[in-house]
Amino acid sequence: MLATLGMQSEEDLIAYLPPAVRFNSRLSMEDGKSEFEIVDYFKERAERNANGYASFLGAGVYNHYRPVLVDAIVSRGEFLTSYTPYQAEISQGILAAIFEFQTMVCQLTGMEVANASMYDGSSAVPEAAMMAVRVTHRDRILIARAVHPEYREVLGTYTHRQHIPVEELAYEKNGRLDLDDLKAKLDDHTAAVIVQSPNFFGLIEQIDELSHIVHGKGALLVVVFTEAVALGLIEPPRHADIVVGELQSFAISPSYGGPFAGIIATHEKFIRQIPGRLAGETTDASGHRAFCLTLATREQHIRREKATSNICTNQALLALMATVFMSLYGKQGMRELAEQNLAKAHYLADKLPLAFDAPFFNEFVARTNGKSPEQINAALLDRKIIGGLPLARFYPELENCVLLCATEMSRRQDMDTLAQAFAKQ
Amino acid sequence: MIRKVSKHIVQNEPLLFELSSPGKCGYQLPALDVPPVDPAKTLGAENVRPEIEDFPEVSEFEVLRHFTRLSTWNYAIDLGLYPLGSCTMKYNPRVNEVVARTEGLAWAHPYAPEVLSQGCMEVIAALEQALAEITGMDAVTLQPAAGAHGEFTGVLMIRALLEQRGNPRKKVLVPDSAHGTNPATARMVGYAVENIKSNERGMIDIDVLKRAVTEDVAALMITNPNTVGVFEENIREICGILHEKGALVYMDGANMNALVGISRPGDFGADVMHLNLHKTFSTPHGGGGPGSGAVAVAKALTPFLPSPRLKRNGDFWTWNYDLPDSIGRVRAYYGNFGVLVRALAYIMAHGANGLRQATLDALLNANYLRALLEPNYQIAYDAPSMHECVFSDDRQAKKGVRTGDIAKRLIDYGFHPYTVSFPLIVRGALMIEPTETESKRELDLFADAMASIAREVENDPELVLKAPHSTRTSRVDEVKAARNPIVRWQPRS
Repeated sequence: MLATLGMQSEEDLIAYLPPAVRFNSRLSMEDGKSEFEIVDYFKERAERNANGYASFLGAGVYNHYRPVLVDAIVSRGEFLTSYTPYQAEISQGILAAIFEFQTMVCQLTGMEVANASMYDGSSAVPEAAMMAVRVTHRDRILIARAVHPEYREVLGTYTHRQHIPVEELAYEKNGRLDLDDLKAKLDDHTAAVIVQSPNFFGLIEQIDELSHIVHGKGALLVVVFTEAVALGLIEPPRHADIVVGELQSFAISPSYGGPFAGIIATHEKFIRQIPGRLAGETTDASGHRAFCLTLATREQHIRREKATSNICTNQALLALMATVFMSLYGKQGMRELAEQNLAKAHYLADKLPLAFDAPFFNEFVARTNGKSPEQINAALLDRKIIGGLPLARFYPELENCVLLCATEMSRRQDMDTLAQAFAKQ
Repeated sequence: MIRKVSKHIVQNEPLLFELSSPGKCGYQLPALDVPPVDPAKTLGAENVRPEIEDFPEVSEFEVLRHFTRLSTWNYAIDLGLYPLGSCTMKYNPRVNEVVARTEGLAWAHPYAPEVLSQGCMEVIAALEQALAEITGMDAVTLQPAAGAHGEFTGVLMIRALLEQRGNPRKKVLVPDSAHGTNPATARMVGYAVENIKSNERGMIDIDVLKRAVTEDVAALMITNPNTVGVFEENIREICGILHEKGALVYMDGANMNALVGISRPGDFGADVMHLNLHKTFSTPHGGGGPGSGAVAVAKALTPFLPSPRLKRNGDFWTWNYDLPDSIGRVRAYYGNFGVLVRALAYIMAHGANGLRQATLDALLNANYLRALLEPNYQIAYDAPSMHECVFSDDRQAKKGVRTGDIAKRLIDYGFHPYTVSFPLIVRGALMIEPTETESKRELDLFADAMASIAREVENDPELVLKAPHSTRTSRVDEVKAARNPIVRWQPRS
């Protein structure tokens, strides 16, 4: 090969680079490792994590069973090692799967169109806010304090330097959005009101009622979800204008917080304002059904600075995991799974003093009367249980409160142990 | 009626919804070990949906078959050369998949106590350190989820620094050869975009740049090597021009596969850059994602990195949230951790010498391919190529065949096409990046195919214009899809 190029050594390939830009030393790192040394290194790291613990953490990342078929399918090289399906004729597999994903996301959320995925739930929130700003030509955003605190932080990062004012909406004594605060703050400049349901405390918001209030002022209602399993049972936010959320619950392992799969779904009338990729149905030259990426004129590679977003790479493989998961559970399984989560969480909650009395799905806030959350959690760690999330770090007013989550994976005996730790003096 | 109409050995496959019949399912939950609750009573009847309308009902085996059949309709790097320029489609080592699934890593919860998360934190710290070394930068954040997300993070940090200096300034300069994400990003951070025309060699025109850099300019976003695969030989001078006026240099690291171990952006004057871990560091593209857009910064920008940052106390890692100048979070938690594990495994497998060797091999493969293709295709610029080479379809266009047609014909030869019609500064561009993981044999086969297509263009252009001929689906009508968008399945009414 070098001879073809008239060269003696590979060093000749870079000989023309100005010496001032050449890196002439050796990178300061070790020599290459063998496969088993690498496996060993990561096994050792894994052992420094929480191996073999039962966990009652939720707060946006949930512990659900991953059916084995999911990895069997996403490990196929044809899915794992393909690029974005710009060449439709040799990408019909992933395109058909994305089309199914978009359809199932619509069915779950009660929306009419959904894109091929966003990075995660948190980054989908500012994308929805910016979409609302484009649609309404207004620039003020209201967001409920009971939206995931880190999602709110991400929104702030995006809006702060674009001078889009964001105001937070209080929650009521029962943990749900304070409708009076909403009415007081909602005005003619408000582009969007963003709420989460089930909210960060696990509580189901009154979407219908607040949609009337929001629409009455001509703003858009954005509904966020972090626990997709809830949508197997609870009424989807059909009166929302934009739904964004996180599908981690659908066979995506917690993986210390990523990679996950975010979604954005909306009504057909806003389709040209949606960010990210969309797969669409069409035909091939022989008239057979085929799929391709479509409406690319919204996207950065065509529209450049006028694009709806700069998003390019998305989370296709994670979206495929979620698609396989939804296919396996199906109509009946999605409901049974949600009912099991509901039953487990209520079994646990019945044994604990609760901070809020609105209806909840599989997460709830418990008070740690007389003890600190840290004391309880330390005692639980000795029993190989990771307790709930102490809320004071995000909500200083909820000092002796923890957010607990139970799923189909939670065992009754561990829940009993957890309840005892709360009760013991 | 015979319903299997395709000649392909794999059957036609309907959509899941068309396979569905009531009562089928592909799951089995364990018996509930707690009393069941009545959803309507617990949640309120108005909060309970009757069912998920039209949701599929299929068996486990049908699911497996469905997706296996679909997979056979996809091309992938595992099947052959995938020479998309600027996409760096290289081999995805399978050991990386194994280690990412190590139970203690894959099931780590981001809110688990720090004392039970030290393994994850060590992985993040090790990767940050390796990437800082590779880029010659001061510090690295692994929070951004993809390249464009990294660009957003980087330009936001530039804005924060300039604001602290008293003036965020108004515009960002972007060469006309840049990826579309660059101008889109600048806009998202509130900057106007000014395009900089490239010179006749495909590089930044120093005189044009000098005139453009005023006190209003916040930054230049530059890709190096640029999108025509050429090293910007005046990069130091370019950085100097920006710095002299108090502006910064953002480097798009999409093409970092050309530089690892031989040149470091931090040394030649870049202030901030992103790395696409799914390109240079071999994490699988997965049909469009996930990626990871690590961002490396020079010292002046370090205080502005996203929150939280890792901090070491003796042998113990903690997350530090006390960062008054930070731009804040760009996403929840700490980044696409599973992707980070794979990238670190790649770096460990190569080591210092292996990383440099991979770069040289990538350069060799691109230049070898360029030499084989030049007799038949018009190279866009004479300048030496690095990891990719860009041709124009000038010669073929005379016969009415354009780059998109040649790409479709390549499919019939068993190859994924190159990047079509990009960069925009080259008329009818064919942008080709083979990467270091291709053998000479695969490159020779590709060059043969390209030579054969060049002959077809001369002798039988129709054959190329109607390609592909061997795929399940013939040429897909993208115009129709956009004119009447159907983006979800609907039951027939």
